[in-house]
Amino acid sequence: MVPLIQKEVVDEKGWIEAEDFIDILALAQTAPGPVAANTSVFVGYKLVGVPGAVWALAGTVLPSFIVILVIAMYFARIADSAVIKAAFSGIRPAVVALVASAAINIGKTALHDIKGVVICVLAFLAVAIIGIHPIPVIIGSGILGYVFFKDDEAAVLKSQ
Amino acid sequence: MTVLLFKLLFTYAKMGLFTFGGGYAMIPLMEKELIQVHKWLSMQEFMDIIAIAEVTPGPVAVNCATYVGYKMAGVWGAAFATIGVVLPSFVIVISIASLFLKYKDTPSVKAVSKGLRAAVTAMIASAALSMARASVVDVRGIVIVGLVVLGIFKMKIHPIICIFLAAILGIVLWGGAMSVPGL
Repeated sequence: MVPLIQKEVVDEKGWIEAEDFIDILALAQTAPGPVAANTSVFVGYKLVGVPGAVWALAGTVLPSFIVILVIAMYFARIADSAVIKAAFSGIRPAVVALVASAAINIGKTALHDIKGVVICVLAFLAVAIIGIHPIPVIIGSGILGYVFFKDDEAAVLKSQ
Repeated sequence: MTVLLFKLLFTYAKMGLFTFGGGYAMIPLMEKELIQVHKWLSMQEFMDIIAIAEVTPGPVAVNCATYVGYKMAGVWGAAFATIGVVLPSFVIVISIASLFLKYKDTPSVKAVSKGLRAAVTAMIASAALSMARASVVDVRGIVIVGLVVLGIFKMKIHPIICIFLAAILGIVLWGGAMSVPGL
């Protein structure tokens, strides 16, 4: 969705400068929540303040809200048909592959050194083996990240 | 009913608040909250919803919220869950946007977000494992996982197309395609 937003608000409408959009994207990816929602809130807020944020967010969410609602209403009726059941038997392993590939893609950008791998392994043990809720694991990994990487990042900043 | 609506709102707000990185980063939280804590969904239903959310327009996390909300409490449920999932984004982006722009390049913020990404990697991988345990039960499943991984990484096929191809394979492998009219 992000490339679409960029095309529309930067190239077509000229609401946001290309450089500012890079900042907005960095914010949207670092702040919690869906990236598309964060982006639209920020763009709307930047242009028209809080009302702009409300309308931009409504505009982002509403089309898919209606589409999903319609699908949810009718899916229950066809869910028991043999063809649909067979189709979803094939779709579920595909979802496994999609989720696994998402993990690999994020891992490629996140795991650069042994410290990142340590956090990754600890988080995996905590969630997959011990069964700890993801929220404390997320908080813990933020703290560990701060402890592990702060000096590295400070050094990077200094060398620039 | 009202209790359920607010449960949906708070559960989704909680998930929205702790999702870092977008995309599939909410899946580990949804697995824990929707399947294990509230028992609103089975693992199979959860995976079906992810597939539906992926092939329909809009952010996957938001689509999932709408679907689950509707399933639990009708149109109002869909509204409360959807508002819940975007509420933290709204509040946080508006309140800390200017602050964030000032500090986003500081070593502290970068270090914390590095730690978060490493953990999100692990948690999504863990979710993929639980999903595999629940849904990949024979060689047909293994073949589809292999084909889709190949499709995504080697052939750069779009996930939506992968899902449709997997659906066709599913009909052929599980449904006995010959008995289906029109095929």
